[in-house]
Amino acid sequence: MNLRALKAILVAGVMLPAAQAAATDLEVTHWWTSGGEAAAVKELAKGFDATGNKWVDGAIAGSGGTARPIMISRITGGDPMGATQFNHGRQAQELVEAGLMRDLTAVAEKGKWKDIIKPASLLESCTIKGKIYCAPVNIHSWQWLWLSNEAFKKAGVEVPKNWNEFVAAGPALQKAGIQPLALGGQPWQATGAFDTLIISLGGKDLYMKVFKDKDAKAAAGPEMAAIFKAANEARKLAKGTNVQDWNQATNMVVTGKAGGQIMGDWAQGEFQLAGKKAGTDYTCLPGLGLNQYLTAGGDAFYFPVLKDKSKSEAQDKLAETIVDPKVQVAFNLKKGSLPVRGDVDLSAANDCMKKGLEVLAKGNILSSTDQLLSPDTQKQKEDLFSQFFANESITPEAAQKRFADIIASAN
Amino acid sequence: MTLRSSAGRPSQLFRNLNSKVALIPMMLVALVVFLGGTIWTVVYSFTRSGLLPRLSFVGLDQYERLWAAPRWIISIQNLAIYGILSLIFSLVIGFVLAALMDQKIRFENTFRTIFLYPFALSFIVTGLVWQWILNPEFGVQSIVRSLGWSTFEFDPLYNSDIVIYGILIAGLWQGTGLVMCLMLAGLRGIDEDIWKASRVDGIPMWKTYVLIIIPMMRPVFITTLVLIASGIVKVYDLVVAQTSGGPGIASEVPAKYVYDYMFQAQNLGQGFAASTMMLLTVAIIIIPWAYLEFGGKKRG
Repeated sequence: MNLRALKAILVAGVMLPAAQAAATDLEVTHWWTSGGEAAAVKELAKGFDATGNKWVDGAIAGSGGTARPIMISRITGGDPMGATQFNHGRQAQELVEAGLMRDLTAVAEKGKWKDIIKPASLLESCTIKGKIYCAPVNIHSWQWLWLSNEAFKKAGVEVPKNWNEFVAAGPALQKAGIQPLALGGQPWQATGAFDTLIISLGGKDLYMKVFKDKDAKAAAGPEMAAIFKAANEARKLAKGTNVQDWNQATNMVVTGKAGGQIMGDWAQGEFQLAGKKAGTDYTCLPGLGLNQYLTAGGDAFYFPVLKDKSKSEAQDKLAETIVDPKVQVAFNLKKGSLPVRGDVDLSAANDCMKKGLEVLAKGNILSSTDQLLSPDTQKQKEDLFSQFFANESITPEAAQKRFADIIASAN
Repeated sequence: MTLRSSAGRPSQLFRNLNSKVALIPMMLVALVVFLGGTIWTVVYSFTRSGLLPRLSFVGLDQYERLWAAPRWIISIQNLAIYGILSLIFSLVIGFVLAALMDQKIRFENTFRTIFLYPFALSFIVTGLVWQWILNPEFGVQSIVRSLGWSTFEFDPLYNSDIVIYGILIAGLWQGTGLVMCLMLAGLRGIDEDIWKASRVDGIPMWKTYVLIIIPMMRPVFITTLVLIASGIVKVYDLVVAQTSGGPGIASEVPAKYVYDYMFQAQNLGQGFAASTMMLLTVAIIIIPWAYLEFGGKKRG
């Protein structure tokens, strides 16, 4: 009797996994951990679970700089996850070249990605030697100035319409005890703010000359000198922020403790989560209100090569889910980023997203620095600008000289 | 002895065969992992390796770039300041605490536990705790200000010039307890008769410590020195938890440079060059010291 009972239990134990085999667990790693980001990830997971598979969340806290080394060492170390986020561009290039990433060309052709994904540069940065290796999720642009209407009201000045007015309003904000510009201590924030100044104050040509052509002469020239001067002003306004993470800095703007922040459109998610309304509670200025150009970088999912066949199928499903119109809308509304396809209905989008879509529709789009520069060059830039923004003893001239050196040896 | 001589001169190789066989795995680990890994790293530091190692040699390029990088120079300076000061202070404070403890005080166990407690915490926890204590808005500064000194300023973690001292404070808080315990053990190992003899001779207590006790505690000091020094060279987690290298790059350390360039910048060659320089620094300090310490004894 006992033996029979045991047998039944054993058989049940074998049958149970067999019955569940249709639903494959897929571990997905990413660094979306702030409030707005986590809400957006849930939408993605929901979409994937609806295909009959299971999303196993592998969030890594502490921004991309912390998360990417962990992801890369897991892939190169032989313990790959089911799928992983990277900023598309050159971060995963060597992994692809080493044959560690799965070729998604078949999925892309089936879903006609070439026709639907706009702008085309997104798919181009997923393409290496004619094959597609990643599924773009969203478009992120850095060139936004987020302003707290409340802070400007308190200081008794009108909400600025562009960067120059913002700088002019700085002293009034300071007088009212408000931090004019919020800038977190993470190195990528200072770098991103500076790159934004190049596009918004210097224009498209200067940006492309310096970062695409790696023209060291332009980097050392008078046009760049003007940018460094503006950065010098920005660092005076940002002095005393004393926070590390970007969302803490954004929170200063949300609560009206700071006047503004130069940050990518992912900051929008934080405003939304706090229940603030675009236009009345906060104002956003794409291109800092000057040159209306946005860089279309963003996030993409890469799929490591796995031995398990059922997992590979689940990977294909996830890739399809990511580009699915419904998921695109749900995800991007929560995250505050723009969808990767032009044919979705975004009537639910708020003012800021609509402004972004307008710029996108005009075609004023540039490649992001993640796409143009190697991670090595990006890191050197981060070292320079995090030091420049934190330490006022470094003159703009000295910083420019170092910047030109970095561009001269950039790859 | 007689048995061995009757069998002829035994081969040196087969003496204590059992223990030598038992040692083989450890020796293999030492050779392959430590020595092999070190040589591999040094060789690849002369290449243009990116995210994955690649044997395309570029000569000394990585080293030239390393020594031209302001961040590396700052890292080295920080390590020197942190290293020298933490060596001096943890030895001095540790020894003084131990000497005070050794005066047959009451509640010695309690005090010992309190002083050693920080050592039970990891550097990450230590770093976070001190990040809060030194934060101008919640920590020491705000407490003193709320007591009435409204212009009091103490924000080492947000001032590029003194940030490394903020890290030093946390490092000392964590590490001196252990030094104290080692020193206390050393002091307890000193024969009671020596104290009696010095008292009979009328030697003042501080002189007994400096001229008799400390020289007798030489082995303890060397053990402590090695422990502190190895902790200094690899200081990394404390900085990551407390400041993550900031403000700007003012509190960077070499180990962090290695990690950031290997994994964030995807430039293994540069990271290897930096770690080779760290190895070289350690070798420059260790080799002459080991020579003096162990080389002398062989001759004597």
